[in-house]
Amino acid sequence: MADKLTVHDPRGYPPKVTGKRLANRPQSLDGKTLYLVDCLFDNSDAFIDQLRRWFAEHLPAVNTKLIKPRESWVDDPDMRKKIEQDGHAAVLAVGL
Amino acid sequence: MQLEERGVPSVAVHTHVFARLARATAHAYGMPKARQAFVPQPVVDRSPADLRGYIEGADPISKRPFMQEVLEGLTRPLDEDDLKGVTFERSTPRLVAPDTEDNLQRLFIENRWTDNLPVILPTEERVAAMLKGTSHPPDKVVGRLRPANYREFWEFTVEKVAVNAVMAGAKPEYFPVILALAASGITARSSSTTSIANIAVVNGPIRNEIGMDSGIGALGLHNHANATIGRAYSLLSQNLQGGSVPGESYMGSLGNWYNYSSVFPEAEERSPWQPFHVTRGRKPTDSTVSVFFGGWYTHAGFGPRATWQEKFKHCIAAAEHNMPPLFVFDPIAARGFKEKGFDTQQKLAAWISENCRLPAREYWDNQWVQTLLKPLGVAGVEPYATRLKARPDEPISVFAPEDINIVVAGGETQGAWKMFAGSYRNATVSVDAWR
Repeated sequence: MADKLTVHDPRGYPPKVTGKRLANRPQSLDGKTLYLVDCLFDNSDAFIDQLRRWFAEHLPAVNTKLIKPRESWVDDPDMRKKIEQDGHAAVLAVGL
Repeated sequence: MQLEERGVPSVAVHTHVFARLARATAHAYGMPKARQAFVPQPVVDRSPADLRGYIEGADPISKRPFMQEVLEGLTRPLDEDDLKGVTFERSTPRLVAPDTEDNLQRLFIENRWTDNLPVILPTEERVAAMLKGTSHPPDKVVGRLRPANYREFWEFTVEKVAVNAVMAGAKPEYFPVILALAASGITARSSSTTSIANIAVVNGPIRNEIGMDSGIGALGLHNHANATIGRAYSLLSQNLQGGSVPGESYMGSLGNWYNYSSVFPEAEERSPWQPFHVTRGRKPTDSTVSVFFGGWYTHAGFGPRATWQEKFKHCIAAAEHNMPPLFVFDPIAARGFKEKGFDTQQKLAAWISENCRLPAREYWDNQWVQTLLKPLGVAGVEPYATRLKARPDEPISVFAPEDINIVVAGGETQGAWKMFAGSYRNATVSVDAWR
């Protein structure tokens, strides 16, 4: 029978994960401001534009606003602040 | 998810190939029920009509109408799980349950802790021996790594780095270089869809002290220190950041052979120019390792031939233009360029920057220039703002002189040079600090 070895685990230490709740949902988006966030990936502006057009045609009571972060893959606190201040909901596309 | 946390109902839209990654990221953020919707891959190069088809079609993951996923994601009332998120602690044991060598080799491969080549099993004795390569205590925290900037950082100690160094086959005397690479904070296993790999250059006395070879085959597999230090950097990046698993924590579409091992020393003694670390403000007697982020493209040249100027122009034109180059010149080629009047590598970098130009429309049509650099230009950040003002056919400089990196290595069997994608991220790390 082969000898048994004791070896180290090579993995690092993951952080503790703290649960975070989702935001309360509105019953309807009618009359609300929906931010469409262009995540700046190549052609995501075209996707966001089509999304805006879809809302204009199918749900015109939703007030859509387009917005972009300052850089790709970098948090933009100013953009988030603006959405938090006068937005009721957001769609972020295309994220990855 | 930060918007969600601050009270803004949100839906994040991803392409379907990122479903596992998007959900794993939400889980690690503590918000596993974050609402997501998916469209088919790709979005790039699709026409407006194609994209409209995605919007009016089915979510390829849920198979339900895409817009139904979006609208319900924004308005569906919260349930109990939505309200509490998920809190958990993940532990990483110090040791693996004892087993036979064959079973442990299999376990390491099944757990994706290797590069799929056999590893040296990190027994307690071997790890203890590796730890003798540094004066730092085993429980000292070295740093944190993550596979992408939207993932959580994992932390690691000197001992955890030693475990991975043993697995790579490194010797204890190499350990300060490996610790410096770990401390760089730059992972060698980025999850980028673009298949990034890092290249690292060692400078200073440590090169000769540990038997690294800057001569024949310096960039290859021919020297034990070069090869195993590079492999250790790759393995430690994978294991200490929480993995490099396709579809979850690795998304490189093509993959990259440079991920196996890409570390070499500069041939300082045979170079006509200053060592790289000295150009970055270090003393010649300092031992350092510098990390270059990239590994996308590789161009090769020889000379300087009579048409060397055209050669450089073609190489720069063929580069990916958001990823600056790392040139590696054999000493013969470096001396040849010095004889042409480039008595410093900075002068050669300045020539390349000034003369290797591209029509603005070609520069801005590059997918990653469009994605990463155009927003900076729009925001007024230089030099991108000036480049953005150029007429479509106006030749513009592609890389600033300070972004063009030049080092010397090679065995002088050829006047060869290579140009790699190698973006310097201001990471010249002291090896001496980890002795």
